[in-house]
Order: sequence, then C-alpha cells, then structure tokens
Amino acid sequence: MIEAISITMITSGLIFFLAAVVGIMRFPDFYTRMHAAGKGDTLSSILVVGGIALYYMHQGGWTSAAILVGLKMLAIVVFIFIASPTSTHVLMQAGYDSGIEPVSHKNDDAITRKTKKTETPSNEKRS
Amino acid sequence: MTDFLNISGVVLLLLIIPLLYRGLRGPTTLDRMVAANTIGTKTTVLLLFIGMMFNRLEMFIDFALTYALLNFIGSLTVSWYYQRKRIQSDSSITPSTPTKS
Repeated sequence: MIEAISITMITSGLIFFLAAVVGIMRFPDFYTRMHAAGKGDTLSSILVVGGIALYYMHQGGWTSAAILVGLKMLAIVVFIFIASPTSTHVLMQAGYDSGIEPVSHKNDDAITRKTKKTETPSNEKRS
Repeated sequence: MTDFLNISGVVLLLLIIPLLYRGLRGPTTLDRMVAANTIGTKTTVLLLFIGMMFNRLEMFIDFALTYALLNFIGSLTVSWYYQRKRIQSDSSITPSTPTKS
C-alpha cells in the first residue's frame, strides 16, 4: 500500500520533470523558459523526494532512526521550496536589468490574422 | 521496488541530457544559466536515487543538501554579476534593486 503511494508520487514527479524539460526546450523566450524551469522543478522535487522518504521510512519499519532520516529529507524539500523560486526571481530580474526583451507578437493577434486571411486567399503557413 | 528506483534514476539521467542543448544553443548567457540551475536541481534528486542504490541513503542526503546550497549560491552570484555589470556600462538603465555605488 505504502509502496503504491510511493511509486505514484515518484512517477508523477518524473512526468513533471519531463514537462519542465520540454518547456525549457520549446519556449521562445528567456522569461518563459525561466517560468517552466522554476515551477516544474520545484513541484517535481517535492513529489520525488517525498516518495523516496515514504519508501525509506516504510522499509525501515517506522523506527525513530528512519523517521529522523525522513525529516532530513523534508529539510531538503523545504530548502528547495524556498530557494528555487528565489533564484527564478533573481535571474529574471538580472535578465530585465541586462536588457533582454520579452518576445512579443505585436502585429500577430487573432484580428489581423483574420483580416489577412480574407484578403489573401492563398494558404501560407504562419511561423 | 529496487528495480523501479534504478529505472527511474536512469530516466532522470536521460532527462538531464536535453538540457545540454539549451546550454550550448541558448542565445543569451542567462539561458545557459537556466540550464545550469535546472541541471543542479535534477542532480540533487539524482543523488538521492544513487543513495538508495548504494543502500547508504543517510550519507547521500548530506551530499544532496550541500549540492542544493551550492546551486542556489551559484545562480545568485551570476545574476548579481549581470545586474552590476550592465548597470555600470550603460547608465541609461535604472536598476530595479538598489545597488551599492
């Protein structure tokens, strides 16, 4: 039973890690990539480390020594929970101060796309 | 269950490898910093998997905590350097945080 919960937590943590990596690879801009990295990694770390802690405490038979090891892993989780959004914020501020422009689709919203489609009847792909 | 932990450790290693592409190809330096930060967080979790493989998890928790601290300090240092370097070279940019003059 506890093993099933642990396996579920570790698997969902790995799925969110995959989502974070796909986000970093595919997003068009520095700020959006930082969003994907900060949020995805924090949640995934909490789930995976929580799953490992639960399995370890269950395997150790819930003695006080095993529970102390689990509390130490909880300390890692708390630290990542505080440190990862902070470093996300500071990196984004450094990007802004250093002059990185966010990506903008200025003349590329739904209205101009509709009017352009009625004017030119050829199907050109929008990149 | 030990097989599951070994396989998930290998899967986590396979998830680190595409981030090297972002580290090579990121147009700005801060993009590479994003990749380094993410690799650091994944390594922290991977160290715990390795600890379960060696059956000495108590030792590897200390490694993971230290590496998380080092990762955090590294990303902070690079971003402070970037804030200060650009502000000194271009006086038209007003900083968003107060810097020492």
